[in-house]
Amino acid sequence: MEFDISRFRDTFFQEAGEHLGEMEAGLLQLESNRDPEILNAIFRGAHSIKGASATFGFENVARFTHAMEGLLDRMRAGTVEPSPARIGLLLESLDILRRLLDAARAGTAPPPEAERGAESLLLAQRVGEFPLDPPVKVRAQDRARANWRVRFAPSPEILRQGMDPVLVLRDLGRLGEVEKVDADLSALPALAAMEPDQCYLAWRLELISEATEEKIRDVFAFVEDGATIEIRRASVPEPPAVPGRNLPGAESGTIRVATGKVDKLIDLVGELIIAQSMASQILTVFQAGDLDRLQETFAEVERYTRELQERLMRVRMLAIGNAFSRFPRLIRDLSAATGKQVALRIEGEETELDKSVVERMADPLTHLVRNAIDHGIEPAAERVNAGKPPSGTIGLKARHQGGSVVLEVSDDGRGLDRDRILAKARAGGLAAVDEDPADEQVFSYIFEPGFSTAATVSDISGRGVGMDVVKKSVESLNGAIGIQSEPGRGVTFRIQLPLTLAILDGLLLRVGGQRFVLPLVSIIESIAPRKDQLRRVASGGEVIVLRGEPLPLVRLKRLFRIAADEEESAGRLAVIVENRGKRIALLVDELLGQQQVVIKSLETNFRKVDGVAGATILGDGRPALILDVAALAEMAKSKCS
Amino acid sequence: MPRTALIVDDSASIREMVAFTLREAGFVVLEGIHGADALQKLGDQRPDLIITDLNMPVMDGFTFIRQIRSRPNSKYTPVLMLTTESQLEKKQQGKAAGATGWIVKPFHPAKLLEVIAKVLP
Repeated sequence: MEFDISRFRDTFFQEAGEHLGEMEAGLLQLESNRDPEILNAIFRGAHSIKGASATFGFENVARFTHAMEGLLDRMRAGTVEPSPARIGLLLESLDILRRLLDAARAGTAPPPEAERGAESLLLAQRVGEFPLDPPVKVRAQDRARANWRVRFAPSPEILRQGMDPVLVLRDLGRLGEVEKVDADLSALPALAAMEPDQCYLAWRLELISEATEEKIRDVFAFVEDGATIEIRRASVPEPPAVPGRNLPGAESGTIRVATGKVDKLIDLVGELIIAQSMASQILTVFQAGDLDRLQETFAEVERYTRELQERLMRVRMLAIGNAFSRFPRLIRDLSAATGKQVALRIEGEETELDKSVVERMADPLTHLVRNAIDHGIEPAAERVNAGKPPSGTIGLKARHQGGSVVLEVSDDGRGLDRDRILAKARAGGLAAVDEDPADEQVFSYIFEPGFSTAATVSDISGRGVGMDVVKKSVESLNGAIGIQSEPGRGVTFRIQLPLTLAILDGLLLRVGGQRFVLPLVSIIESIAPRKDQLRRVASGGEVIVLRGEPLPLVRLKRLFRIAADEEESAGRLAVIVENRGKRIALLVDELLGQQQVVIKSLETNFRKVDGVAGATILGDGRPALILDVAALAEMAKSKCS
Repeated sequence: MPRTALIVDDSASIREMVAFTLREAGFVVLEGIHGADALQKLGDQRPDLIITDLNMPVMDGFTFIRQIRSRPNSKYTPVLMLTTESQLEKKQQGKAAGATGWIVKPFHPAKLLEVIAKVLP
């Protein structure tokens, strides 16, 4: 009977999350489609969560889903109608359930609204409508986590009753976390006096559990005769920090991988080992004539290694649909809240990209969609007046393009108001009054921090709320974001992301005897500057004047204190890079070419260095530093302003 | 090697239910209709688990448990008795005879496996 159920908890939470998503999608469908199969599917989701949560000891989750299941069952039987109010209640219940699961996963106290939600669900099972807002009832927190001190001195006879006392300790461990176990050996006699089947040992242990004292005492049911059992409540431990529902990376502990993928990886490792042993065999009795065979073997090793890398990367890949799945619900809620009619069109949800990229894009995408409904889509009457269909459309699209993934969030609303943005930018000193920048430049002002926080609550100002955060998130993933907007036709945000965070498309540079990698996505152009383009500014910094625009200049050689080489003045190049709309110029000696590099953390292996995002090992085995464009731009700005 | 369990009960339906559950859980199952029958079926085998009813003809559960404890091959074997909620004093009596624990009838197969997990390593 040896199985440790806690090993499957991660899988349980993952599965529960999937069920929640399916149930939500089903409930949304149910509003317009009374297909019994939809109701069945929702019911099955609740039923699975109930069964599994009881198995894993999350009784509050089981009780709550039991209440949901009850209502769903009556809907299936046709005794209660799936009215919009009841569907709304079930949707709310899903939110509560999600929080219950989060609490169960983090081991924190369940949210107080769970009680009320369960009551509403029970009420809703009765025929007829139910009060939407039943009185809140607060229940004593008897299920909170507590520290328990347990002492267990079994009967000396315990072994003769066919019981191993260690099994009792193991059972206690199923109730929570056993923090510390001390064995008390004081009753142990000299070896000669020892009866082999008598128990002389006792244990003291600390248990952190939300079980009641009664439940803990239950564990000792078979062994309490002739034993000393003390169970004392020590103190209430500080609950761990409240888990955020969408903390980036917080839920990314595990990946589920199809067995087939793992088998293929194992096959590849097998092939690698064979190739490697062939190589070492050739080397043990090496003769000049064997060189060809050795080269062949190495070519094989190279091929398998590359394939292994590619396939391992694919293990980390997740369909972007995982980030899209929350939007049908969001759009339903927002269109209800704003009174606007909005339809959602999703394309390419099967497009895969790195798991952590998917997780970290969920919030920025939500922000863009929310903005599009709040400020882009017009009310139905206004749309009809403009000759458009009364219902607006939000588009979410994903597709592969070269080595990256492009995400598009579009709406068919009124579009950005170029004139108002420009006026605001001029007022805020972002653009000169006499300057008439291109559309692209004008639209990019909405990514400026604080651009929209001005007092006038207008369509445009609303657009800007937190747009700087969106841009920052995208850039922190080495991605780029752009805007297309047509008045009266709508706005499209185009986000370009790398497939993975572990590999970077870079440009290899030489500065003196050192080599650096610059993320390709940040590079605008490179020029060979003339002497008269370089100017010193009052604050001591340097600028390069490019087509009339002064750009802060960073001399990498000086910044990283690299010894000057002979050809000092020879191949000087300025690489213009952009970060968060700010351009700076980096002075380098030579561009060595484009290259994909594997990113290694410098902090983990050395320490944090300003202006450096990480390191990599190049093909020849030598290291190169990866430049942090955002940090360099900050440094240049503080020098030149 | 599969583990061996012995179920002793004069009720065929209880025996069948327990035996089925144990076989599903991977045990080799021996069955006895009362204590004496069970001891004979067991012979000199070393069982890993014994589940026994208390009230049986010919040889009752208490005598059977004492016999089990006196045999070298089953001296330390976990023995679970099948009791009903009302028979509290019988639990004590059974424990005194050497039983390891008990299962209260009626029970669900899942509950049976749960109790077994408490006494089997």
